[in-house]
Amino acid sequence: MTHRVAVTGIGAISAFGETYADLWAGLAAGRSAIRPLTLVAPDVLRFPNAAEVPDYDPLRYFEEKEAQMLDRFAQFAAVAAREAIHSSGIEFSPELGERTAIVLGCSGGGKSTEDDGFHHLYGLKEPRVSPLTIARAMSNAGASRVSFEYGITGPVFTVSTACSSANHAIGQAFRMVRSGEVEVAIAGGSEAPLSMGFLKAWEAMRVVAPDTCRPFSLDRRGLILGEGAAVLVLEPFERARARGAKILGEIAGFGMSSDAHHITQPSALGAARAMRAGLMDAGLAPEAIGYVNAHGTGTPANDATETEAIKNVFGAHAQKLLVSSTKSMHGHTLGAAGALEAAATLGALQCGLIPPTANFTGADPACDLDVVPNTPRAAKVEFAISNSFAFGGLNAVLVFRKSA
Amino acid sequence: MSDKLMPEDLVSRVTGVIARTQKIPPETVTIDKSFEELKIDSLDGINILFALEGEFDVDIPDDAARSIRTIREMVEGIEKLLAAKAQAAQK
Repeated sequence: MTHRVAVTGIGAISAFGETYADLWAGLAAGRSAIRPLTLVAPDVLRFPNAAEVPDYDPLRYFEEKEAQMLDRFAQFAAVAAREAIHSSGIEFSPELGERTAIVLGCSGGGKSTEDDGFHHLYGLKEPRVSPLTIARAMSNAGASRVSFEYGITGPVFTVSTACSSANHAIGQAFRMVRSGEVEVAIAGGSEAPLSMGFLKAWEAMRVVAPDTCRPFSLDRRGLILGEGAAVLVLEPFERARARGAKILGEIAGFGMSSDAHHITQPSALGAARAMRAGLMDAGLAPEAIGYVNAHGTGTPANDATETEAIKNVFGAHAQKLLVSSTKSMHGHTLGAAGALEAAATLGALQCGLIPPTANFTGADPACDLDVVPNTPRAAKVEFAISNSFAFGGLNAVLVFRKSA
Repeated sequence: MSDKLMPEDLVSRVTGVIARTQKIPPETVTIDKSFEELKIDSLDGINILFALEGEFDVDIPDDAARSIRTIREMVEGIEKLLAAKAQAAQK
């Protein structure tokens, strides 16, 4: 038997602060959390700005010895998971732990841990690196940490598909709950990419904006990197109802596709196939969708291609859609992007308020959709989709439904 | 396109970098070829810019790089950056 899948917990840590309430308050106000980078020395990069978690202190969440074992990305995963699980009201018995999955997205893993180790090796000419390097840097460290904290002994794994990681992760978790394979799933993504070595690699790709992220604007100059995590708690709708849980929304469908085209150039056809697959999985006609949380990176290539893909899927209805990119506010958090955007989309449905595309300066004829420029828009929407398209041509689209 | 003379060694250094980066025979990289003719896509272009920065010890700004579509434009761009660098060194 298949289940409707309810979201009963949301947690987030982002450039807006360390809770989901902070994230939503920022997005609902249309405020951008893109600021000067502080995690690396100034003036060594072509871009000065990022969406950093401000004043993050691990010791507010972890004992000193625990913190030492965990890279920033894994800490973020645990922080967001704790909030999500707490808000769901679920207590994990050993039996329930065995019937629960954790699926988290992460693109890079512990980049600052690796960077620091290699600095000792190549920069300081030391002959060795910390024995904690592997345990801190592995991409599954976040999912594993959450499993220890709550005694989750069911399927626990990490999905790494670059910028689509979290959508792929949430999609897998959604399907496990829908099919009855697990009773509860903890799903989302985390990323902490703001280390010098990784930032230099992004700089060399020439896709990061020197000022800010202006998705769909004619003068957009690229993405802005961000860090953080978001985690959802998923369970069957009837289970949530029976235990009197507050239902924050539903996941109604999930679609995937691969471009099989180019390692970095996006393909409108691939993106369109993922959106169609998501709609088909949800059993919805395109006209049912009211809001699209776009991948919307702010690069010249993505935003025009995504617009073309949306028009391809939605036809005339595309002009009625509200389409916004919240990356303009929380930055592009890579393996956490789909998770923060799921949190944003659920907030939009629940509150009847569409977060805008911030930093918008003027329309691009190649991006001729209603991109909700700069100002949040009140709108009652029942169904929304959230797009994630990764380098490597891997696309993942989640379909959300407003809580009944 | 302009008929102005370009220093031959500059042209051959630029085309040499492109040939090495693209793993194509140097004689195929001639001044009037476009990136499209040489099958240089956006990621290849970024890789070439990186190699040129190393070869000439210059910093190629993103905005200047974005509009370049031909080998000639690339040589002209490097020429300008080298002139600016020489001028800065004189100060």
